[in-house]
Amino acid sequence: MSATPASEVNPAPEVLRAPLVVEFPFTRSLGPVQSAFLTGLRERTVLGVRTTGGRVLVPPVEYDPETAEEIRDLVEVGAAGTVTTWAWNPEPRRGQPLATPFAWVLVRLDGTDTPLLHALDAPGPDAVRTGMRVRVRWAAERAGAITDIACFEPYEDHDEGDPAPAAPGTEERIATGPRSHSGEFEDPVAGIVAPARLDYTYTPGRAQARFIDALAERRTTGERCPSCRKVYVPPRGACPTCGIATSEQVEVGPRGTVTTFCIVNIKAKNLDIEVPYVYAHIALDGAGLALHGRIGGIPYDQVRMGLRVEPVWTEGGRHPDHYRPSGEPDADYDTYKELL
Amino acid sequence: MSAREPVAVVGVGQTKHVAARRDVSIAGLVREAARRALDDAGLGWADVDAVVIGKAPDFFEGVMMPELYLADALGAVGKPMLRVHTAGSVGGSTALVAANLVAARVHRTVLTLAFEKQSESNAMWGLSLPIPFQQPLLAGAGGFFAPHVRAYMRRSGAPDTVGSLVAYKDRRNALKNPYAHLHEHDITLEKVQSSPMLWDPIRYSETCPSSDGACAMVLTDRAGASRAPHPPAWVHGGAMRSEPTLFAGKDFVSPQAGKDCAADVYRRAGIADPRREIDAVEMYVPFSWYEPMWLENLGFAAEGEGWKLTESGVTELDGDLPVNPSGGVLSTNPIGASGMIRFAEAALQVRGLAGAHQVDGARKALGHAYGGGSQFFSMWLVGSEPPAT
Repeated sequence: MSATPASEVNPAPEVLRAPLVVEFPFTRSLGPVQSAFLTGLRERTVLGVRTTGGRVLVPPVEYDPETAEEIRDLVEVGAAGTVTTWAWNPEPRRGQPLATPFAWVLVRLDGTDTPLLHALDAPGPDAVRTGMRVRVRWAAERAGAITDIACFEPYEDHDEGDPAPAAPGTEERIATGPRSHSGEFEDPVAGIVAPARLDYTYTPGRAQARFIDALAERRTTGERCPSCRKVYVPPRGACPTCGIATSEQVEVGPRGTVTTFCIVNIKAKNLDIEVPYVYAHIALDGAGLALHGRIGGIPYDQVRMGLRVEPVWTEGGRHPDHYRPSGEPDADYDTYKELL
Repeated sequence: MSAREPVAVVGVGQTKHVAARRDVSIAGLVREAARRALDDAGLGWADVDAVVIGKAPDFFEGVMMPELYLADALGAVGKPMLRVHTAGSVGGSTALVAANLVAARVHRTVLTLAFEKQSESNAMWGLSLPIPFQQPLLAGAGGFFAPHVRAYMRRSGAPDTVGSLVAYKDRRNALKNPYAHLHEHDITLEKVQSSPMLWDPIRYSETCPSSDGACAMVLTDRAGASRAPHPPAWVHGGAMRSEPTLFAGKDFVSPQAGKDCAADVYRRAGIADPRREIDAVEMYVPFSWYEPMWLENLGFAAEGEGWKLTESGVTELDGDLPVNPSGGVLSTNPIGASGMIRFAEAALQVRGLAGAHQVDGARKALGHAYGGGSQFFSMWLVGSEPPAT
């Protein structure tokens, strides 16, 4: 048995990779029940909903999980509760409720039958146990969101049903039993923004990496399918029709034929291109299918199917910036109609 | 006992499709359509054995696996519930999965539903994530499809006015459909033809809107159909086909998967001549030119001849082969639901319940959906009579 790691004997080629961050501020229309719940949190009031069978659910839902009937019987429940289970989070991540280590807890608020997921501010896992009493710590700034509950905090020595003392110097209410609530508030919250963010590392793979390497030398390469002999540009490492791997490298172009196109008249966000411009399908000479590119160097209204074009590179560009007329006569329709 | 249980559509429900339903959550939106479908079928939540739901990519609204949280809104707690996902064709394939559960006698009564809340979504963003190293797509959804429209025009020699005829027809049909999103009471052919070119050759008025909406159907077996308060539509055949988005030899104008899917549906339904035997068609036309393109792809016209049916008025509501009497996707487009709306509208036609956009005497109707880069196809043929067994 060798003590040398395999990677030192035969170092893996450097793998092309890049970060890919996908984020978007989605909006949500809340509907009547979630609107009441989140507006209530803004007003330091926790609302649940009573099901047909008499259970109280927090967060409230619009439809009874047991009978499927619409339920609108809102109740105000306690801001203190009991931990039903928990997990310690030693390394909080971006966007989590607390920046310091905390416990994820399921808290059954007083007067409810289902637990709510939230964070518990505790000094360490030894300070957390199932069955411990906790209460809401309200955020200083509240806008009608689940984050209006900043977190929960320990609230020992206050069993469910104890008289609720008001915290000194605050208007804090720690209600005990569920009380009917209209769900009506001034200026209700009707929608929220729910930002979503996903962090990926993108690895294009061997076929595309070879394609990118060739582009750096201003060459366009594809891969030929050993079965159908079609040349795929950009290559994907496999022929989607035959379902077999491709590896034979084939240089295509640089010239090609405009097979079809459209004239774009509306400016797209994040694209610094003046309209109108021509977005075309271009079959590079030798390629088995067309790729997409912009046509320049000719008035947009003179671009036509069959136009012969060549790539135009700009300094530092990873791809051709656009394609321009090559000066050759137009290609006959029959030469490219199979590539449409 | 025959191999397959005949499947009946006994309930159809839609929301009034609009640009933004800010008054309801997604749960509230799907609930509205489901409740209407159950009311149409004269059934309650307890009568449903399983729920099959579809929508377009999760990225559109950013709710990952929304079916999980919609279970209680759809009365699915304690029942099988499953999600179907085939891009824009999903509404159609969702209905087919539900129909197959009944046909296979796995369940007797299935609620199927599809939705999209585009106002809370960003479809364009969801479809064009900035993948590293790749050249950004230089155009929006219309820009993706417009070159294929130009290819069709070149191949068929169609006059460049055909697209505007489709849009003018569909928008007028939508005026007869209370659930349609766009109700352009002052629409004229001149207005369509003078609307701005967005992605030449596609004009603004030849594109679909962005809608919030849901569509639901109740599918059941023979015994369920016999108890239904209103006439059922019977499923005579259904099929799905797919192909890669891009491959050497792909025909974007008339994809092979679409031809194969239609041929399969006609074979199952015993249709020899679709042009003569089918009375109404609800096809997925997000850009007006796709009507003549799909007329050819679905076998209603020979290659290069589809536009002649449109131009001669055959596809008008009072024509010989009405296409999209509901106003179609051009008038209503909650993406994930759009395919199911086609299937449901086909069912309404053969049930005789389409109201002001009813095609007189419709006995057989085709519902059609496609999605992705013209890569997923789903279709069903429904009839007013039970299928021959």
